[in-house]
Amino acid sequence: MSIEVRNITKSFGGFTALKDVSVNIPTGELIALLGPSGCGKTSLLRIIAGLETPDQGSIHFHGADTTGRDVRERKVGFVFQHYALFKHMTVFDNIAFGLQVRPRKTRPSKNIIADKVHELIRLVQLEGMADRYPSQLSGGQRQRVALARALAVEPQVLLLDEPFGALDARVRQELRRWLRRLHDELHITSVFVTHDQEEALEVADRVVIMNAGQVEQAGTPEDVYDHPATPFVYNFLGNVNLFHGRVDQGQAKMGAMELSTPELAAVPDRPAVGYVRPHDLELERTYSDSSSVEAAVRHIHAVGPIVRIELERGDTFETMEAELTKDAYQKLALLVGERIFVRPRKYRVFVDDYQI
Amino acid sequence: MNVAGVLTTKKELSSRNELTEPLLVRWLLIAAALVFLGLFLLVPLAAVFSQALEKGFEAYLAALKEPDALAAIRLTLITAAISVPLNLIFGVVSAWSIAKFDFPGRSFLITLIDLPFSVSPVISGLIYVLLFGLQGWLGPWLQAHDIKIIFAVPGIILATIFVTFPFVARELIPLMESQGKDEEEAARVLGASGLQTFWRVTLPNIRWGILYGVILCNARAMGEFGAVSVVSGHVRGSTNTIPLHVEILYNEYNYVAAFAVASLLGMLAIVTLVAKSFVEWRIRTVKGEE
Repeated sequence: MSIEVRNITKSFGGFTALKDVSVNIPTGELIALLGPSGCGKTSLLRIIAGLETPDQGSIHFHGADTTGRDVRERKVGFVFQHYALFKHMTVFDNIAFGLQVRPRKTRPSKNIIADKVHELIRLVQLEGMADRYPSQLSGGQRQRVALARALAVEPQVLLLDEPFGALDARVRQELRRWLRRLHDELHITSVFVTHDQEEALEVADRVVIMNAGQVEQAGTPEDVYDHPATPFVYNFLGNVNLFHGRVDQGQAKMGAMELSTPELAAVPDRPAVGYVRPHDLELERTYSDSSSVEAAVRHIHAVGPIVRIELERGDTFETMEAELTKDAYQKLALLVGERIFVRPRKYRVFVDDYQI
Repeated sequence: MNVAGVLTTKKELSSRNELTEPLLVRWLLIAAALVFLGLFLLVPLAAVFSQALEKGFEAYLAALKEPDALAAIRLTLITAAISVPLNLIFGVVSAWSIAKFDFPGRSFLITLIDLPFSVSPVISGLIYVLLFGLQGWLGPWLQAHDIKIIFAVPGIILATIFVTFPFVARELIPLMESQGKDEEEAARVLGASGLQTFWRVTLPNIRWGILYGVILCNARAMGEFGAVSVVSGHVRGSTNTIPLHVEILYNEYNYVAAFAVASLLGMLAIVTLVAKSFVEWRIRTVKGEE
């Protein structure tokens, strides 16, 4: 079932959590709502579920307006950040809850419920734990019970709030791969909220990046990582070097560095910031053109497959970071203190009307 | 709960020797506490029972079987049987709304619930006299319709309800607030109705808290003296509760009977303490399991 979020605005007291947010989620996709804490991603998820009502805008499930519909009728599965398992019920009863509370007419028989619950317990790999209480389970196991409980009502939409937030790094990695496989198996339209960019980029089909109550960019993980639409996205996804300067009619000048920016040809002399990822900085022993800048090597961190090099620009004395493969590093044979030329292979210049 | 907190700190202290006081200081403190406890709690309780049994068990039983005493016991039971369930409902409803919803006037409501704790019971009794008494605001109307509240059973029940209404709510509000509303939201998303959510999710989580509040509420409802004394009118055999009956007997120098009836309240206190400790122990184990 597709979900369409249209122009949602929501404030809590004086705080505006969401400002005119629109998102499209096609049927069967796994979407990540990614952003720093307080960006409104959880509020949006809760509004989709029906746990909060928007001040303005509407939510459409499969084209039908569901904004005014009660949570109970929306047929969503919701996995809470802290699982919200029923403490006084066993794993079995937790998973069976959604089926047991159905009105008598639509409630399956006891045997059918039991079969269904055991099938779900198998699906989330908790065989033999049906009679345990939540307090007797580990974090990862609780998370899977919460997921099974949400899936028991056969939701058409699965919503997960920071599903791996409370788990340690190891379990997290394992569970998110498992979630991806599960989604490929079940194909339920799913939305999960996270502040972890790595998690979002690894698991989701598409990522919606939010900041300060607005959508900054939506796209596939490759798309948002390789072609960030805003300075915020550049900053939020991975490391980035900033070059401050001015842009004038398609030509950006940042210290001694000159970059051509045809997309900004119409901009008259304005302050601008260039964004370059560390792995998009080319280090050269010879001067090639005016996009190069001279810099001194300050530190070399050569642990692991990627070598990180800290550089100090010769013109502005600002610090930059470059990333090289071990091969490239060995070919260059860099030494600390050496002077070298740095040229951005790939860059993006934004007119500086953002404050970051 | 408070008691749980004290116990864990005690455990921590004894396991970390460098933090404990010297043995002598410890013994002195414990001894002081025990002496106080004995002087102010155990000795009076023992005195009550020894006075009651002074003229033998026959006299003790006779004092309890006397018609006026039986009437006082019956009235106390009726009062508790009406006011405790009402305060249970009131307490759960108000704790539910305060803990699970945000609405204007929420903190004012919390203050209001505490009012009976901060007002002297005699004053609360007087308020009812002013409201429903012959010279009171509603007095003439009540008299015209032949409804008797003051110096009658309804007044006693009203005063008891007023004095005891914070017990259940006060116990539940912090408990429900600490539990948050995640589980209720989960139940709703899964399709449970409001009533199903309450019975299947909320109630099991607060049942020991409720029981705790009910035990304290009941003890106070049966033992309340001040407020009830003002509105009762002390009519022997009809508007006397156990505490009032004790006072009358005592004023008549009928010590054996006075202490015999008082021993009932003493036993209630012991039963309450035992039940309270059991519930506290249950709450601790339930909390520990989480």
